[in-house]
Amino acid sequence: MAQLGSVFVIAGFFSSYPVRVALVAGLMVAVVSGTVGTFTIIRGQSFAGHSLADIGAAGGSAAYLVNIPAIYGFIGINLVAGLVLEFIGIGRLRGRDLATGIVLSAALGLTALFLYLDTIASTTTNVTASLLFGSILTIQGSSIPIILAVGAIAIAIVMVLYRPLVLSSISKELALAKGIPETKIAIGFLVALALNVSLTAITVGAILSTALLVGPAAIALKLTRRTGRAILIASAIGVIVTWIGIYLSYDSYYWPPHNHGWPASFFVVAIIFALFVTVDTIVRMRRKYLVGKRPAKG
Amino acid sequence: MSNVDQNPVKLLELEGVSISQSGREVLHDVTFDIYKGKFIGLIGTNGSGKTTLLRAILGIISPSSGHIRFLNSSKQGRSRNIGYVPQKIDFDPDMPLRARDLVALGLDGNRLGISKRKKSDKLLIDSLVEQVGAADFANSRVGELSGGEQQRIMIAHALISKPELILLDEPLANLDLRSQVEIVTLVSKLAREGNITVLISTHDMNPLLPVMDRILYIANGKVASGEVSEVVTTESLSSLYGHHVEVVNLKGRILVVPEIEEGGFNFLRGIPGNEDH
Repeated sequence: MAQLGSVFVIAGFFSSYPVRVALVAGLMVAVVSGTVGTFTIIRGQSFAGHSLADIGAAGGSAAYLVNIPAIYGFIGINLVAGLVLEFIGIGRLRGRDLATGIVLSAALGLTALFLYLDTIASTTTNVTASLLFGSILTIQGSSIPIILAVGAIAIAIVMVLYRPLVLSSISKELALAKGIPETKIAIGFLVALALNVSLTAITVGAILSTALLVGPAAIALKLTRRTGRAILIASAIGVIVTWIGIYLSYDSYYWPPHNHGWPASFFVVAIIFALFVTVDTIVRMRRKYLVGKRPAKG
Repeated sequence: MSNVDQNPVKLLELEGVSISQSGREVLHDVTFDIYKGKFIGLIGTNGSGKTTLLRAILGIISPSSGHIRFLNSSKQGRSRNIGYVPQKIDFDPDMPLRARDLVALGLDGNRLGISKRKKSDKLLIDSLVEQVGAADFANSRVGELSGGEQQRIMIAHALISKPELILLDEPLANLDLRSQVEIVTLVSKLAREGNITVLISTHDMNPLLPVMDRILYIANGKVASGEVSEVVTTESLSSLYGHHVEVVNLKGRILVVPEIEEGGFNFLRGIPGNEDH
């Protein structure tokens, strides 16, 4: 009986159009996040990623106001904000937490205004929740081409800049000495980051964007000693976790309170968190018992 | 151990080089030549401008006046292949990068795109790893290596592109005495084998004494260059610092002793170059 029920749910799952759209979008966003997220951590720019997501919310909410898909709003404002961040200096940003805090609150204040206007202007239910916390199951099929295109651009940027990016992430000085145009590389990466954050914002929401951006990559960094493999592992973790999140969200329609699905973002973030804690604990234990032993290959 | 070279070939010349950074003149009217195949020690206290000088030679920064010129070559500054070991890099222990990957980046880190490495490149990487004695830890994360191990990897990274000139910025800082000797011996051996010119900066010249051909002594934004026996003398260094400095040879170790003023040691004035430049 229970088994019959789950077969029924799975069959219904794949035949649902919003689910198929969500699976495709989720796949792309997770792969982009694995790729860009790995470098975001290596370059110590998680904070910049989070700032971009917060600022991006203003663009996303403005897009609802003028009735265009939120992704355009996120991309537009994130690209501008990313370049401004680079201009100010990402390195200095962290040190200037007061100024950064004020800019971020200003952007969120704007978001509050736009969201308020959205709720009185349109009949769309719960814009606020879907903007801030994502609603991957409500992504429209017509947004798939732009999601795929933006994702492909972000991945292409990282692939083209790959080696100089690794080198400049280790040390700016090393990169400069090798004749690498460090500033151009940094700007290129920031564009990829801005695009990535726009994508994560529409799947898990502006607020939870960072979780998908750096979560799978943070887990991957603990599992491998090689940059390329870290990207592959992070992408795989991201895809699996996102798909599980979509499935559980779909399935939760039958959970209490009945006929109200739980948000996929919750599942995604919860699984990433649990996975990180588990992997981190295992790696720590292994290091403790294997002190001084050097890996032979790998 | 200075080589008696009848016809030394000039590699690089600095003429009247002054460099200002954020409105302060770090180097003033510095002139010297670097000859091929020499092992040159760049000696000065912390903040004396050693890093600035190395970065100028690399072409990362430009002099505000004067010029830095590589002889017999159209390639200058950053377009040149110069090996560089910067000051200690803080590697994140989680950085997913094996020691041998860092060596490999010395070969192709400036190239765009990703491609599978050729067999010959892999062999070259292996041989460099072997030459610097890093085979045992080549597959470990760089962030998990000791200071001395990281320096070996950085030296392999700098040498793999077969440069004529290699610059090392304080590679001995934070190393214990034994590792210091090992690193100096290694650099000197590899440089002589490959006829590579070495410019190595340190605040303590003593570990370099057995292998150094020439010395560049930097203080108060000025530089004195020559043989160790010419430069590191009471007269020469006193004139460089602009006040009396005593050079003492104690059982083969050269000590530069701060002046003694009335009222005792004045460390801030006495220790040359310690004005926190």
